[in-house]
Amino acid sequence: MFELLGIPPQALFGQLLLGLINGSFYAILSLGLAVIFGLLNIINFTHGAQYMFGAFVAWMLLTYGGLGYWWALILVPIIVGITGIIIERLLIARLYHLDHLYGLLLTFGLALIIQGLLRNQYGISGLPYAIPPQLAGGQNLGFMFLPNYRGWVVVASLIVCFGTWFVIEKTRLGAYLRAATENPTLVGAFGINVPRMITLTYGFGVALAAFAGVLAAPIYSVNPNMGADLIIVVFAVVVIGGMGSILGAIITGFGLGLVEGLTKVFYPEASSVVIFVIMAIVLLFKPAGLFGRTA
Amino acid sequence: MSAAVETDNSGISVQQARGGMPAHHAAIFIALLAAGLVAPFLLYPVFVMKVLCFALFACAFNLLLGYGGLLSFGHAAYFGGAAYISAHAAKVWGFPPELAILSGTLAAAILGTAIGALAIRRQGIYFAMVTLAFAQMVFFFSLQAPFTGGEDGIQAVPRGMLFGLINLRSDITLYFVVLAIFLGGLLMIYRIIHSPFGQVLKAIRENEPRAISLGYRTNRYKLAVFVLSATLAGLAGSTKAIVFQLASLTDVHWSMSGEVVLMTLIGGMGTVFGPIVGAAVIVTMQNYLATMGAWVTVIQGCIFVICVLLFREGVVGVIARWVKRPL
Repeated sequence: MFELLGIPPQALFGQLLLGLINGSFYAILSLGLAVIFGLLNIINFTHGAQYMFGAFVAWMLLTYGGLGYWWALILVPIIVGITGIIIERLLIARLYHLDHLYGLLLTFGLALIIQGLLRNQYGISGLPYAIPPQLAGGQNLGFMFLPNYRGWVVVASLIVCFGTWFVIEKTRLGAYLRAATENPTLVGAFGINVPRMITLTYGFGVALAAFAGVLAAPIYSVNPNMGADLIIVVFAVVVIGGMGSILGAIITGFGLGLVEGLTKVFYPEASSVVIFVIMAIVLLFKPAGLFGRTA
Repeated sequence: MSAAVETDNSGISVQQARGGMPAHHAAIFIALLAAGLVAPFLLYPVFVMKVLCFALFACAFNLLLGYGGLLSFGHAAYFGGAAYISAHAAKVWGFPPELAILSGTLAAAILGTAIGALAIRRQGIYFAMVTLAFAQMVFFFSLQAPFTGGEDGIQAVPRGMLFGLINLRSDITLYFVVLAIFLGGLLMIYRIIHSPFGQVLKAIRENEPRAISLGYRTNRYKLAVFVLSATLAGLAGSTKAIVFQLASLTDVHWSMSGEVVLMTLIGGMGTVFGPIVGAAVIVTMQNYLATMGAWVTVIQGCIFVICVLLFREGVVGVIARWVKRPL
């Protein structure tokens, strides 16, 4: 067996794949945060809880409803997205005239409520969720073994990310959205229902988080704390990338996942903090973020 | 640090800062002192000490949020980081309690300088995310570093002999030391808020571009108040480590950062005495609901939502509006 820089290639590519999978979740979640921030001007602290909630709804659909993975992939984003729309209409909409910080505090409180309720109901030990039979097994690529499901996660998140990018950057609906981000009053004057667009955008961002939750369910055990730690890393990803650009959020997400994977190979002790260290470096040299626009 | 800044701006006349403490504030301080002296004989002293530690923590946090307008979502890093250093100094290095608390506080000041210098490069919502991310970094460090004891934390920290003379093993003796630390910290915060430095801070909070155009180097002020706030949070954390003879991961966890935000929000941000009320409410609630497990999280979440939607002034903020005086 040959070695690369003293590391067996199995380990290297294995960690890179793991990094790519983490990167997929960073990308989808930071994309959702960026879309919501663009129009609502709030940081959705509930995002991690909604990702976790997505995984739980997938588990509930299977356990109580007998609906499997593929149904969950379609239904969960819709269900969680609707809860997001209700939250936006009932609660968040009351804060638009206030300082952005109140939006952060409100969504933080909501995250605590969702986490606490699910922890009461299901404990913290985690619930298993099986890989769908169509995606079980794996491919031997010669230099590494690729489990089919992990390959699917990367492909599915790439499709969703670039689909979102396409809708926002290349379609008429996306043009309205970008215009409303720049100047909601003017867009409203052209007869477009901006408040409804804001509500739907929040629902869409939340649906993205829930979709990531379904993807994550078979990889990580479904447990109430799965979103809380992840969302803080995603915040760091968002600070590094800057929230001005959709493509920037996607590239930063996947890139940082890979960097994290590489760190696990070469210096495992630092792998949990490497993203925060990169954030410190970016703040030093490019405070607006890699893809950020200086305000 | 504040003294140096004050002399920079000595030309500005600030009526309130020169006029000393208004009578109703002096009355509140005397009432606090009186309540503090009586409390350990009516309530369980360790409970009151917990309230005092968290009250100081919340007041330190409020100095940054309420007067600097900066929402740090990572204040657990300074509170918990200082608790670890203080516990380590007392237990492993054999420091007396006063030096252990001092080293914890100093560590928080250094940590606050490093993180603050980076965090103030971003504004508003990004500032909150940056501070939270760095606090999480401190959490992971505490989880892995060899001296912090991982999941167990540092247990059985000796309370020791204060100045080599006073044995702190008795809860009542320790209580009065903690009360002195709390009142000292509170007076310092009061002084900072009502100094010319504090007035400039409020100006930056209200309108930073205007403060810049008036010639203030706002970043220096923001860093100064960040470091002061981190240092005082560290003082609270170090004291807490000596009182409970424990420094653990709970102290550096993000939920601790959330709790201090909640205390300040309930009590009233931007009021001097509000965070004390908020800390008392939250600590009492945790005390009575301790058996209810994750429901505490749910209730805290609900309080967050209700405060943000309906009760943004906080308890003391509402009272201040009734009596038409800043409290």
